[in-house]
Amino acid sequence: MIPDYAGLGRALRPEAALVAGALLVLGFDLAAGKRGSIETRLRAATAIGMAALLAALGLNLHIGLAGPVFGGVLTLDALAFGSRLGVLVLSLLTLAIAAGAARRRHPAEWVAVVLFATAGFTLMAAAQQLLLAFLALELASLSLYVLAGFDTDRAESAEAALKYFLFGGMSAAFLLFGFSLIYGLTGSIDLPQIAERMASPSPSPLLAIALVMVFVGFGFKAAAAPFHLWAPDVYEGAPAPSAALIASASKLAGIALFTRLLWPALGATSENLAASPGWLPVAAAVSAASILVGNLGALAQGNLRRLLAYSAIAHAGALLLGVIAAGRSGPGPVFFYAATYGLATVGAFGVIAVVERSGPCQKITDLAGLHRRSPFLAGCLALFILSLAGIPPLAGFYGKFAVFAAALQIAGFAGPAGWLALFAILMSAVALYYYLVVLKQALVAAPGPNANPIRVPLSAAFALAAAAAMIFTFGVFPPLLLGFF
Amino acid sequence: MSLLPWSIYVSFAGALLALAAGRRSAAAARWVALATAATAWGLVLAAACRFTPAAGLQTVADAGWIPLMGIRYHLAADGISLTLLVLTGLAATAGILFSWNLEERAGEFFAFYLTLIGGVYGVFLSADAFLFFVFYEIAIVPKYFLIAIWGSTRREYGAMKLVLYSFAGSALVLAGLLWAYAAGGAHSFAIGDLAAAAAHFTAGEQRGMFALVFLGFAVLAGLFPFHTWAPTGHAAAPTAASMLLAGVVMKLGAYGCLRIALPLFPTGFAFWQPAIGGLAVAGIVYAGFIALVQDDFKFVIGYSSVSHMGFVILGLAAGNVLAAGGAVLQMFSHGVIAGLLFAVAGRMVYDRTHTRRLEDLRLLHLGRLLPFAAVVFVIAGLASMGMPGFSGFPSELTILIGAWRTSRAWAVVAAFGVLVAAAFTVRVITVCFFGSAGEPAPAAGTHPLPPITLAEKTGAALLIGATLLIGLKPGLLLDWILPSLHSPLFTAVLKGGAP
Repeated sequence: MIPDYAGLGRALRPEAALVAGALLVLGFDLAAGKRGSIETRLRAATAIGMAALLAALGLNLHIGLAGPVFGGVLTLDALAFGSRLGVLVLSLLTLAIAAGAARRRHPAEWVAVVLFATAGFTLMAAAQQLLLAFLALELASLSLYVLAGFDTDRAESAEAALKYFLFGGMSAAFLLFGFSLIYGLTGSIDLPQIAERMASPSPSPLLAIALVMVFVGFGFKAAAAPFHLWAPDVYEGAPAPSAALIASASKLAGIALFTRLLWPALGATSENLAASPGWLPVAAAVSAASILVGNLGALAQGNLRRLLAYSAIAHAGALLLGVIAAGRSGPGPVFFYAATYGLATVGAFGVIAVVERSGPCQKITDLAGLHRRSPFLAGCLALFILSLAGIPPLAGFYGKFAVFAAALQIAGFAGPAGWLALFAILMSAVALYYYLVVLKQALVAAPGPNANPIRVPLSAAFALAAAAAMIFTFGVFPPLLLGFF
Repeated sequence: MSLLPWSIYVSFAGALLALAAGRRSAAAARWVALATAATAWGLVLAAACRFTPAAGLQTVADAGWIPLMGIRYHLAADGISLTLLVLTGLAATAGILFSWNLEERAGEFFAFYLTLIGGVYGVFLSADAFLFFVFYEIAIVPKYFLIAIWGSTRREYGAMKLVLYSFAGSALVLAGLLWAYAAGGAHSFAIGDLAAAAAHFTAGEQRGMFALVFLGFAVLAGLFPFHTWAPTGHAAAPTAASMLLAGVVMKLGAYGCLRIALPLFPTGFAFWQPAIGGLAVAGIVYAGFIALVQDDFKFVIGYSSVSHMGFVILGLAAGNVLAAGGAVLQMFSHGVIAGLLFAVAGRMVYDRTHTRRLEDLRLLHLGRLLPFAAVVFVIAGLASMGMPGFSGFPSELTILIGAWRTSRAWAVVAAFGVLVAAAFTVRVITVCFFGSAGEPAPAAGTHPLPPITLAEKTGAALLIGATLLIGLKPGLLLDWILPSLHSPLFTAVLKGGAP
């Protein structure tokens, strides 16, 4: 094989734009920013960061569906294209929201780390080889640990970062161990070849161990039960914009990578795939546990961010169901679910970030009277929360609908996927309860005695309105987002 | 007929307009809402004038929507949907007239209210099961806010209970529909296509799917023993929402049973038919007895709604064209009568006296203080009892005759339920409006209550006119309904249909 460095370079132009942008942000801040106020430095850093993200977005659109790159190390198929697009848009929204959030020290570093994390996400979305997958995952994870601990004024933020780092580091160890076993067994680090071996109905015992290791690793990263324990603490402690990124773009990239790891030759011919691959019982068990733990755990929360964390665990369960169903129906449904879930979560954390400018926003009751304090924020929050709850005509509904339909198409109620879908559908009624508890504070309850009107900064208002518009548009016209699958 | 889809769009647009107008003043929001509801109703009536009854759905809009899953934006109407569309317009318009005194957050109130109405119009017009479900769920969430923000006693509890029951029901429906879609080869959600595919399902599949879909819809129709959300929620709701929820939204459940559960799964229906009929008559009698002992004015009406909706479910369970036609007529009739009852209890009485306890109302001698309310309530009560001349009579009679053909036991028990309904209605009329005989009436002027407004009189006149019109000439609606029941979709499930 003659290495096609030119092709590799072309395919990686979005990542190059991101890294260059990150370095530019740091350099500019070092050279010109030190004399300015935090406000102007943040503005400059955000502007450069957004330019880099937009450039990456444009380059990704320009590259399009290029297929395998560099001998199949990367692949730019529909899933990679869509996920890259998705994580870039989600990072863009995160930056815009952060520009309107409460002021923190080191704004340029924050923006630069977000760009590095995004580069990790885009690589995860396209990686088709174990080594690159692991490197991309760790680039993203290390950046996220830093982002979680960025609020040096609050001890909770440091606690969140430490917990996230310790759990994440351990999961990386599990993942690496699993990967090394897989390599030892299959003699390959190419995902399609590995996936074919893993999909055999009765894997060898050692492969089963490797599989469990991989699931433990990904379970940690995706906050799936029973490896979810870090999520509530991190969501609670991390600065709101960082939490937005952790909850949205990283989920989308992780799900894309995981889907690729488990299903060979995605999107091509799904007819010849095994109906029940060897990993199915493990995936089904983790999915069921996540849906159960997430939804029941969320019921008991009085803290808004912890509630969103448990809701994220429940959604991770549903996403896993989508990964299971991807073999039959392609990655379209699970991609739609992850992308629109990301939009709604970024939006919800964006609302939290803006509310935080004029007072704490930790408890659900801190939202009381939001409809008086800022009708715009209340309206956006309602849209995001209802999308998370899966109410039509919002995008969250179609995501759920498509995933459950795909799961039921596998074998109806003859296989575990069908029962899992039924379980998830019934649990969505439980979920509506805690989502309505949030909306009750925002839309029904009267404001507290010393609650002031909230002024929404322009950039955050634009980001929230854009996220809300996308959620509504993709909900009413799902083909817009699924067009390239 | 091509005007019909506009009833949906007008309602949704009106919701946005009302929200904007509410920032200016409550009065502006009210007028926008009234104009919207009246326009939508006018569109339906105009379409109804040009309607030719026929077997089967008449398409009014059809376009590709989500080709990946074979979902189409397909709106269609027949006599059944048209009957319920007319009811929706009537109840929506009257409901706004009865909330003319609403001042607090009026723009948001009417925005939620009109969104709900738009969803309801959409459900009655959908010919694609996915589209049906989307509109069905659009109609769920506004209910929570209407009750939780503008309701009265225990409103947050009542709102949450009502919405969670509705949503859990819709979750069952979703599961059943997806199952049928997947088992049918996953290429279309059109009701006709699903029914064609369902003909090849095994009996076990049909039973399972029917159980999920029917139970899901029947929860919203107030099927005993899943009815407890209805009195709690409807009593807590503000007047206009009570009228709409009891009058129209409960019909969504019954309509779903008739439009989707029955035609799709005839074998499943045959299996569950005895159980459904049994639960229906149990609900009629049980809810009637509970209504007899309530001491809250609105709870009496809430339980009477459950009892009357039991007749609708009985009409469906009987499985013949006559009873099903009666069930649709009863949906219309109960929509009007429940609206009237809730209007008197919530707007005319509660908003003025601020009490719903029958013991307190007994002392007020409302018959003298609010003679108009008393007259309206007596008329509504008579209609509710099934007095000839009002719409309750032809509809319940048709259902009883139809049920008799299927099971005499059901008909006998249900007829006993009519007696119970008479008992609790007479009780609440006497206690509320005509005091107890032994106590002296308070001197006139000690309880100056605000007079009945023109808006209330107009709303009451509309509703009374409708129940009288259909009571005296039920053929107006039956001529639409019965041909629709002879559609090929219903032949497998309703006896006495087209050969």
